[in-house]
Amino acid sequence: MSEPSTVALEFERVSVVRAGRRVLDQITAAIPAAGITVVTGPSGAGKTTLLRLCNRLEIPDEGIVSYRGQPLEDLDPLVLRRRVGMVFQRPTPFPGSVADNLAVAHPDATAGELSTALTRVALDPGLLGQDARTLSGGELQRMCLARTLVTSPETLLLDEPTSALDEQPKRVFEDTARGLAAQGITVVWVTHDDAQARRVATRIYHLRGGRLADAPTEEARP
Amino acid sequence: MNITVSWLGLAVSLLLVAVAAGISWWQRLGLQRQILIAAARALAQLLLVGAALTLVISPGRSIWWSWLWVAAMVGYASVVARRRAPEVPHLLSLALASFTAAAVVTLGVLFGLHVFPLTGRTLVPIAGMMVGNSMTATVLAGRRLTDELRDKRDEVEARLALGQPSRQAATPYVRAALRAALTPQIETTKATGLVFLPGAMTGLILAGTAPLQAVLVQAVVMFLVLAATATTTVVIALGLIRRLFTHDHRLIYLPTPAGQ
Repeated sequence: MSEPSTVALEFERVSVVRAGRRVLDQITAAIPAAGITVVTGPSGAGKTTLLRLCNRLEIPDEGIVSYRGQPLEDLDPLVLRRRVGMVFQRPTPFPGSVADNLAVAHPDATAGELSTALTRVALDPGLLGQDARTLSGGELQRMCLARTLVTSPETLLLDEPTSALDEQPKRVFEDTARGLAAQGITVVWVTHDDAQARRVATRIYHLRGGRLADAPTEEARP
Repeated sequence: MNITVSWLGLAVSLLLVAVAAGISWWQRLGLQRQILIAAARALAQLLLVGAALTLVISPGRSIWWSWLWVAAMVGYASVVARRRAPEVPHLLSLALASFTAAAVVTLGVLFGLHVFPLTGRTLVPIAGMMVGNSMTATVLAGRRLTDELRDKRDEVEARLALGQPSRQAATPYVRAALRAALTPQIETTKATGLVFLPGAMTGLILAGTAPLQAVLVQAVVMFLVLAATATTTVVIALGLIRRLFTHDHRLIYLPTPAGQ
């Protein structure tokens, strides 16, 4: 077992079976606490399932997933999910304004805290009063990221968050994620875009048919 | 004045069924057979029920026979609800629980507080009103909530991923389902008397009851139906939430029903 302080998430012989198919097959991997770990692979490789195991939106059929040295089944899922935040592939705005959306994550947050959350994802705090559903795709996805940041997570799970975005908003999102990683947040990013993986990753895992390639690729990135 | 319908009168009223079938034939709707079967079936069912009710509520018969009748109605209505919405998980047990809860609340108020005397003649029809009217709302609430949680799975999981407990994450969808299920009953209640004369009141007036007395009975029945639909739908919705989420706050897989 790896040292808990340097490892955020650890998978030990983890398998997931859905409708008779092994979506993940005997995965053993360690995700470091520092940097951006990217999981790449073709569609249907099991990337999203791997990510959803990390905050217990799904549970494995075999094996153990641990967070900072503790098996997830020993942790309160509600507490875990505030420590390990997630941004989904499609933006998921809730009804109401941007402020209403952020308040779902933290009903007692002050206006200052909500503004700070928007600033951290390069959004204008002036958007707080705007109806969330009127934002552009890129803004919406960054609002979802800001909403997750309101819970002060130690780790961020990003499930192909830029797959529906054009090049420019995609790059803005990547810069934002790099900035958050530099602030000490563990980032686990799932993408099928190899070029993006090379741009953002400090470590890359390749997933294919539910199995990991033998060893992760370390990227020469600070 | 007591108005009664003779067997000859019943036979003559079949002319009205012939009118409906005739319109179907004239407009080539192809529904003649279904109309005739529906009318014959309804008549047979009503005659059977009438005969059974005569036995159950006849003077001197123990009230327990009436309670048995109510239990059978609750059981049968639960089976029908399950059949109408097979895509809603665990609907049979939930409907049983919800009708029972509604029976406790409504019959408790009406008989416990002596609005009506507790006899077979009052218990059976009032329980029938309660079950019959809340069944549609039950199916509507169960179906709407299941659809909402399946179709908005991303949104629900986004709430769960923010650390909300499943009950809290489901609250907006529970509210939407309850509103959808209760609104038709509220609209019906509002329109009563102005747009249409409800069945119980019409029946009483035809049977010779003074209109004011018929109105009072009808008002009580309307309030009974309102409370029953509210109780059944909330029990269904909250019960369903417990079945659709795991104890560790995950939304279970909800398959899309066939044909969608």
